[in-house]
Amino acid sequence: MPRPATILRLAALGLLLAFLLAPQHFAPVFAPLTAGGAPPIYDQGNLAMLALSHLATVLVACLASTVIAVALGILVTRPGGQEFLPLSRAVVNFGQTFPPVAVLALAVPLLGFGEKPTLIALFLYGLLPIFENTVVGLRTCPAAVLEAASGMGMSARQRLVSVELPLAMPLILEGIRISLVINIGTATLGSTVAAKGLGEVIIAGLLSNNTAFVLQGGLATGLMAVLLYDAVAAVERRLYRTARID
Amino acid sequence: MIVVESLTKLYGTTTAVDAVSMVVERNSITVIVGTSGSGKSTLLRMINRLIEPTSGRVLIDGRDTGSEPGYQLRRRIGYVIQGHGLFPHRSVAENIGTVPRLLGWEEDRIRARTAQLLTALQLDPGAYADKYPHQLSGGQQQRVGVARALAAEPALLLMDEPFGALDPIIREKAQDDLLDIQRKFGTTIVLVTHDIDEAFRLGDRVAVMSEGRLLQYDRPEVLVTRPANPLVARMTGSAERAMRLLSLTTAGEAALPWTGSDGAADGPVVPTSASLREVLSELLWRGSECATVVDADGKPHGRLTVAAILARGRPA
Repeated sequence: MPRPATILRLAALGLLLAFLLAPQHFAPVFAPLTAGGAPPIYDQGNLAMLALSHLATVLVACLASTVIAVALGILVTRPGGQEFLPLSRAVVNFGQTFPPVAVLALAVPLLGFGEKPTLIALFLYGLLPIFENTVVGLRTCPAAVLEAASGMGMSARQRLVSVELPLAMPLILEGIRISLVINIGTATLGSTVAAKGLGEVIIAGLLSNNTAFVLQGGLATGLMAVLLYDAVAAVERRLYRTARID
Repeated sequence: MIVVESLTKLYGTTTAVDAVSMVVERNSITVIVGTSGSGKSTLLRMINRLIEPTSGRVLIDGRDTGSEPGYQLRRRIGYVIQGHGLFPHRSVAENIGTVPRLLGWEEDRIRARTAQLLTALQLDPGAYADKYPHQLSGGQQQRVGVARALAAEPALLLMDEPFGALDPIIREKAQDDLLDIQRKFGTTIVLVTHDIDEAFRLGDRVAVMSEGRLLQYDRPEVLVTRPANPLVARMTGSAERAMRLLSLTTAGEAALPWTGSDGAADGPVVPTSASLREVLSELLWRGSECATVVDADGKPHGRLTVAAILARGRPA
């Protein structure tokens, strides 16, 4: 007998897939929100394709954030790299506090409309949680464990790869999870500069004063964020199960 | 044989270890004892170069430890620390196999060695090999730490307060186990502790350190009978020195020849491995004058009278 949480997850996934693949079946639900014979379901593009490219944009940006943030996190926790910590922190904080909309506005003249400005905005926005969690994860490895690793003859690289990173992994994953969820929402802004994504539905709704569209775009994005959050959390739990890291 | 030659470590203007020289014999247990801040751990860590000495050198079997990269040196030297430092994300078997894997042993050999060590440390390989450190008790974790340090058959084992995190009852057992292991594998052990009782219990030779300097380095009974300076006398405990001396001699060594059961008939029966201190305590408790000393097979080895024991509690 599956647990209630599992049933809830499967139901959410089923609902999202059903809506993306056969949105017309949901017309009666959204019809009361429309006025003056406006279409109740978004009809200017394929919802499933929009959702896929939305997800792809977020995943690509997040992969880039992860690579850079983890590399920076490793660098500033090495003996020779500690002096770079304030600088690195300033850079990733800037990425987080500089509004993504402003990044888009600045990037469009340089890169043109489309996916690229969005990727850059999401990349910058996603750095901070991953970087901070990587730093904390690497710094909180128990001193006795690190000393044992060196005492047994691991080189600095071996110690990093086979002890420090595995021990920091749950925290790093948590950072990635936070970054992913933030960016699923933030990516809707990309549609203002013609990136393909669920933001298109929301913007179309705003332009034509159609609440049904806005709600569809918002709900689909939200469901996707919740499911993704849950999936990464499941991976984290698997890691925790094999080795309890106190 | 380990030769330490005027090893010195400076941190800025403070001297952590001040020109310490000593020779550690093969197959022996050397205990470095001192208060915190005496430089004993720093000295130990300079032997495997976890800390690089400011000056001086260490020779292991005639070879300068500075002649190869530190991590390669450390793969040949076992290292046990307080609080064990087991890898929490690796199973017991993986923990023990760490150094053999670094050295590129075959998996079959690693598995066999892991099983051998777990058995030697009274942990059933079938039950424990796949457990994770957090599933073990403190005493078991400590034993796995020792097994991990011995995995690659090092000739030298360094231990930094290895029993510091154990409660007193388990600690005594762990100390006995260490003595057994040392006899079994013939490993040379250098152990650091702040506990003078532990030093006397384990050490073939004891080095007393204070403020970075080596005050005295000798057999435990010499430390008791001829302390080199007042600090050593205070550390070895002048009030207790007679009892300490008694605890350093076993009943087997001190026993008088066996002349039949005369006089010992209603006295206690003690094993040859018991210390004179334990035998005396037993005699006092029972109000007897004479104990029978028996060997491992239960055959009479000799007898011990209160007078004979008391004679051993005075400097020769």
